Amino acid sequence: MNATNLHLFVLVVPLLAALAINLLGRRSRQWIAPLVLGSLAFSVFGSVIIMARVVEYGTLRYTVGNWQPPYGIELVVDPLSALMMVLIAVVALLASFSSLKSVEQELPGREHFFFTLYMILIVGLFGLVLTGDAFNLYVLLEITSITTYGLIAMGKGRAALSSFNYIIMGSIAACFYLLGIGYIYILTGTLNMADIARILPTLNAPVATATAIAFVLVGLWIKMAFFPLHSWLPNAYSQAPTGAGTLIAPLMTKVTVYLMVRVIITMYTPALVFTHEWIARGVVWAASLAIICGSVLALGQKDLRRMLTYIIIAEVGYMVGGIFLANANGLTGSILHIVNDAFMTLCLFLVVAAIIYRQGSVSLVSLRGIFRRMPITMAAFTLGAFAMIGVPPTCGFFSKWYLILGGIDGGHWEFVVALIVSSLINAVLFFRIIELGYFGSLPDGDNQEHAIDERREAPWWMLSPLVLTAVILIVVGLSTGPLVNNVIRLMIPVGF
Amino acid sequence: MEAIIGEVVAKYNYWIYVVLMMIGFYAMIGKRNLVKKLIGMNIFQTSIILFFVSTGVKKGGGIPIVDKYKALASNIDAATIVNPLPHVLMLTAIVVGVSVTGVALAVLQRIYREYGTLEEDEILEKLQR
Amino acid sequence: MRDINEHTAGEDLIIKTSVRLMVPFIQVFGLYVIVHGHYSPGGGFQGGVILGASFILLALAFGMKASQEYMTVSVNAVFNNLGPAIFVGVGVLCTLFGGLFLDYSALDNLIPLGVVEWRSFGIFLVEVGVGVAVMSIMVLLYWNLSSGGAMDEGL
Repeated sequence: MNATNLHLFVLVVPLLAALAINLLGRRSRQWIAPLVLGSLAFSVFGSVIIMARVVEYGTLRYTVGNWQPPYGIELVVDPLSALMMVLIAVVALLASFSSLKSVEQELPGREHFFFTLYMILIVGLFGLVLTGDAFNLYVLLEITSITTYGLIAMGKGRAALSSFNYIIMGSIAACFYLLGIGYIYILTGTLNMADIARILPTLNAPVATATAIAFVLVGLWIKMAFFPLHSWLPNAYSQAPTGAGTLIAPLMTKVTVYLMVRVIITMYTPALVFTHEWIARGVVWAASLAIICGSVLALGQKDLRRMLTYIIIAEVGYMVGGIFLANANGLTGSILHIVNDAFMTLCLFLVVAAIIYRQGSVSLVSLRGIFRRMPITMAAFTLGAFAMIGVPPTCGFFSKWYLILGGIDGGHWEFVVALIVSSLINAVLFFRIIELGYFGSLPDGDNQEHAIDERREAPWWMLSPLVLTAVILIVVGLSTGPLVNNVIRLMIPVGF
Repeated sequence: MEAIIGEVVAKYNYWIYVVLMMIGFYAMIGKRNLVKKLIGMNIFQTSIILFFVSTGVKKGGGIPIVDKYKALASNIDAATIVNPLPHVLMLTAIVVGVSVTGVALAVLQRIYREYGTLEEDEILEKLQR
Repeated sequence: MRDINEHTAGEDLIIKTSVRLMVPFIQVFGLYVIVHGHYSPGGGFQGGVILGASFILLALAFGMKASQEYMTVSVNAVFNNLGPAIFVGVGVLCTLFGGLFLDYSALDNLIPLGVVEWRSFGIFLVEVGVGVAVMSIMVLLYWNLSSGGAMDEGL
């Protein structure tokens, strides 16, 4: 056994763990935590090794079952997918610590169901970033979506209804994607992404190609909740069980943005996607609108978790806009923002999970005086908030810097303005909460006098990943230079 | 007019797929009953299956099951058999469709237990109260 | 809801007898489709659906309780996980014996049967895994949906 199969083991070990959790977790919940943490730790370890190998030796290509491409299914690990693998593994491991605790509280007796779906979702995400086959991508996209539907429906109250809306929207999106792939297949007779990229530019079928690109992109936009198509996201993400939210919110939209990058760079080639300048211009305008609207809608929310879901919509606008700026700085900024946003969202959602674990609610009213009760949690929250706003030492600043540079390079001033306005709105949003938490006191002070000053920090299981994530925010921010030069620059297509 | 009819008749499978897709789309967006939305979703998926399968069709093509020894002895003329790949892809898509439908039905049961109805406007009314 | 179904389902002699006669043949046919799947039309998914349908037919005619005597809930849970585990396990075994994932010819190093034979036999093992998984999940889907998640009443 050597390292040839390692990236497959990164995917297979959590899958086997999912089956074991379903089987053994029924008997005793003692099994769940070691299986989840052990397999995810293995994935982190494996993906870091793969990352090192890819940076050293270049893209790895792997054929499942030794069937040669373009006929067989090919797994491609280039620097970008290696980066995404590390990101998914680390985020999943950190989130699972917190999920183990909050699921124990929220879904007693159903933990093995929850973690089976949870692990299969992670497997699906790994598969999405590994695959080099367009149809395989559809299947894995549906695997991740179906598990997400299930996880969201496990929540309380309106969760089932939100999950159903998500099912309808997600299925439309998947069908659009499939339809686009159908057109590609008719045009090229192949489903291998590299092969499609080779054949598609040689064909002289502009209308059919444009149709195929449009269907695939619209499908992915629905899945990632790009602004006009975002209506399903806030309800679904804010009503999911807290443990599911910490995994789904940082990863699902970000991986879908990665898929869009993958489809544009590897499958369609940028030259085909950006042939008509007015389309790219229109998408950047839509992205700017997404950023503004997401931020403004976030202002109107009375619940921290709901507010964060609207910020996710704004962040999706950042990334889509950055890609459609169609220049090197924009694309760098987008890819960097995928990484940064995943960690920022993870940090904030871990805070939400910790607060919900202790006091059951994250409505803005209940956050009064939270600094005195949970000082470490709120310190991490402040750091996450700074990253979201884009304060220099944290990672959020650097990706925004690249995005703004890209906007200036491409002459898209509306995008630059949207970025700056949204940063200001984020500042207002987060400082409002920090002010409430620091200076506010609990609404009626009769029998809660002693509760105000009492320190009730979240358990260590939730606190340690949170602190670690907050540290990662700064570490990633400080290592932006090497990250861009050694990994992301390799992915920027020539002449971009 | 005749040209249009000729066009429609010549590519009737693609027209049927478009019509089915629009029916499904209408049901998903226009209907207020959640089960009808789900049925619309299934029609939508079926239309795409029809689309894919019809891309594999060849005039006069036989079934793509060939004798192993005959195939090894002499090359099979690809024009005499239909393209099996779209069928295989759609088998996977059907499995995906079944799973989504299963999850959706389970979610609908939860909604029904919670609200006692599957009409969207009645549920929204109950939520506002 | 329960008592209506108790009376309608399984009261009819014709339905009961014909189901009792049909189920063995359906199951044998399902097994046939699975084991011949790798060189003729059929395969794990189709065979699994047929096998699963036989259990659903039992549940329709005799009630869910009766069908759970033939396949208990815990056996079903084992099958649910065993199916995918066979599939993945075969793939992992291939990598452990020096091949790529799901490259069955590598299994020749484990039991020397010949590379070509292993290519044929490996896909058969995978088909069995798929069949087991599809069968048990079809049945589980039916049980869960018809009983509203409780798995004891329903049709």
